[in-house]
Amino acid sequence: MDTRDASAPDAADLIQLLTPTGQRVDHARFTWRHDDAVLVDHLRTMVLARRFDSEATALQRKGELGLWVPMLGQEAAQVGSGAAVGPHDMVFPSYREHAVAMMMGVDPVTMLGTFRGTTMVDWDSRALRFHLYSFVIGTQALHAVGYAMGLQRDGLVGNDDPDANGAVVVYFGDGATSQGDVNEALVFASSYATPTVFFVQNNQWAISEPIALQSRIPLYQRASGFGIPAVRVDGNDVLAVQAVTEWAMNRARSGEGPTFIEAFTYRMGAHTTSDDPTKYRRREEEQAWRAKDPVARLTLYLLGQGAIDKAWLDALDAEADAFGVRIREGCLALPVPKLEDLWAHTYATLPDALVAQRADQLAYEASFEEA
Amino acid sequence: MGEQMTMARALNAGLHRALEADPKVLLAGEDIGKLGGVFRITEHLQRDFGPERVVDSPLAESGIVGTALGLALRGYRPVVEIQFDGFVYPAFDQIVSQVSRMRFRSMGRLSVPMVVRIPYGGGIGAIEHHSESPEAYFAHTPGLVVVTPSTPLDAYWMIQQAIAHDDPVIFLEPKRRYHEKGEVDLSEPPLRLDAARTVLTGDDVTLLTYGPMVKTCVEAALAASAEGRSVEVVDLRSLAPLDDATVLASVERTGRAIVVHEAVRTGGIGAELAARIQERCFYALESPVLRVTGHDLPYPPSKAEHTYLPDLDRILDAVDRSLAH
Repeated sequence: MDTRDASAPDAADLIQLLTPTGQRVDHARFTWRHDDAVLVDHLRTMVLARRFDSEATALQRKGELGLWVPMLGQEAAQVGSGAAVGPHDMVFPSYREHAVAMMMGVDPVTMLGTFRGTTMVDWDSRALRFHLYSFVIGTQALHAVGYAMGLQRDGLVGNDDPDANGAVVVYFGDGATSQGDVNEALVFASSYATPTVFFVQNNQWAISEPIALQSRIPLYQRASGFGIPAVRVDGNDVLAVQAVTEWAMNRARSGEGPTFIEAFTYRMGAHTTSDDPTKYRRREEEQAWRAKDPVARLTLYLLGQGAIDKAWLDALDAEADAFGVRIREGCLALPVPKLEDLWAHTYATLPDALVAQRADQLAYEASFEEA
Repeated sequence: MGEQMTMARALNAGLHRALEADPKVLLAGEDIGKLGGVFRITEHLQRDFGPERVVDSPLAESGIVGTALGLALRGYRPVVEIQFDGFVYPAFDQIVSQVSRMRFRSMGRLSVPMVVRIPYGGGIGAIEHHSESPEAYFAHTPGLVVVTPSTPLDAYWMIQQAIAHDDPVIFLEPKRRYHEKGEVDLSEPPLRLDAARTVLTGDDVTLLTYGPMVKTCVEAALAASAEGRSVEVVDLRSLAPLDDATVLASVERTGRAIVVHEAVRTGGIGAELAARIQERCFYALESPVLRVTGHDLPYPPSKAEHTYLPDLDRILDAVDRSLAH
């Protein structure tokens, strides 16, 4: 097999505003428009999201979760893009956007219910404007485009008043770009010029399959075949990610149509807790990416700016510790679901046959109680 | 009181009325705009309601259903057309993994008021993939409603009831009956969407059928009556949920049941009905529940379809076999 890494980043293509050593650099097209206070807040979000992620991984290892999907290493891609979501925008996640979920108001303990098996997906996606996690790869790309078609019909795109406009951002991974649904979503979005931002976290690995198996060209170049503008951004650089996502969301809101963003990042951990990356990838590769860590580089930058100091970091550690306690305790306290309560979630009005089935099951259970 | 019209015309009129009644209703599908659909069911609707509400879709069935789901999440009531039965399978994942269970996976917070219209069934001399009867796949899926009209009257009302329904509805249109006329009373719906209809009453045996086979069964029942046999015909109309009460009451009375459908036999609607009947009417049965169905083959070349599809003679043969017990 040809093992060329067709996806190796061409430095000229990669949009970066903060280097791995925490140095600010300029880019010809994209500018960081916010002050350091925003970045201090981002660092806090990234650290807390990382803590949530590591707590969940630990809970799975202890047998408290059926599965966990780690996001370690992808904090900047998620926080930078999540920060570009405005008050009329809607987010369609895959199943790994834990940091975006937290930013949109999903309670981490609530999310754990899905992975512990106590709930289906138990957050109010309409109120939070953060759709349910989807576990069929790429399926949500179509839902996002359809939702964006709805925004167009609701008159929420291309208004002179930018505050009246909305857009949709949909997340998926490098593996999902091979799915038919994602490609169909790109066709529909392009044909109808929908306000959709396709945000791909290219974390280099789809379980054991390297990106070269999904694409022989850099992923963002795929979009041109659909007639969709695309950029590749350093996914571990929260400044650059936010800058390009804001640009793309503004394009969408103003009626200029869809954009494709490839956030070039790395999944530092396993695909899920069922996976063993040592079987398919080299330790040297992981080490090389560890040197590009998104949290470390932002910390270095903000320390250098004097925006934070050691005391601030210590306080954040303490906050993360307390957050970890709440997550662990909250997880263990999640109530076990009753099958009888779930019937009502199948149809608007339960058909007679299901009413009878439920009654049979309840009678069966009651027969043990009487005995 | 009523008007004579074809089922195709009745569906068109029903869709027109639904689009008029609710600005959130929109149609999407391949060739449904200027062309009016390959069967002309949506003729002139784009002219009357505009391209934002009657939307020509790229040629991608999963895309059509998946984007319709997104529209539903935004508060719309999308009605999508799958051009032919055999082309629904690219959308199968969206229908069974997403559309059907969005209410369940959202813990009851979300609903998907979508209608998936599918012209289905054989008997029109079509090429491969254009004569399928996929209803059992959908009836097997929790969260879906599966219905099929057999007359212009039901087509007119059931399409409107399906659109008004808060759950996703698989709406199967018997394409071989599109151009047959019937009387349509435009004033009020004759039945609930989930109700079966007793088309002919009889005492000796019950034919349970739906969609394109209703007419065939009625013809068989009339032929049987000439031989002195009293045959009841029940048009199920709704395949999910099934109207157990109507079915079971009929079989309780006649003691004999024959299920007739075009779809292949194994795992079909007939199997489900036979199971329910023996569970609930075992002691009323005078003979085994029989099935007259398509054979367990892929749909055959059209010159052989007349031996594949249930027809009057095969149904009468089953009536004889049932009454021989």
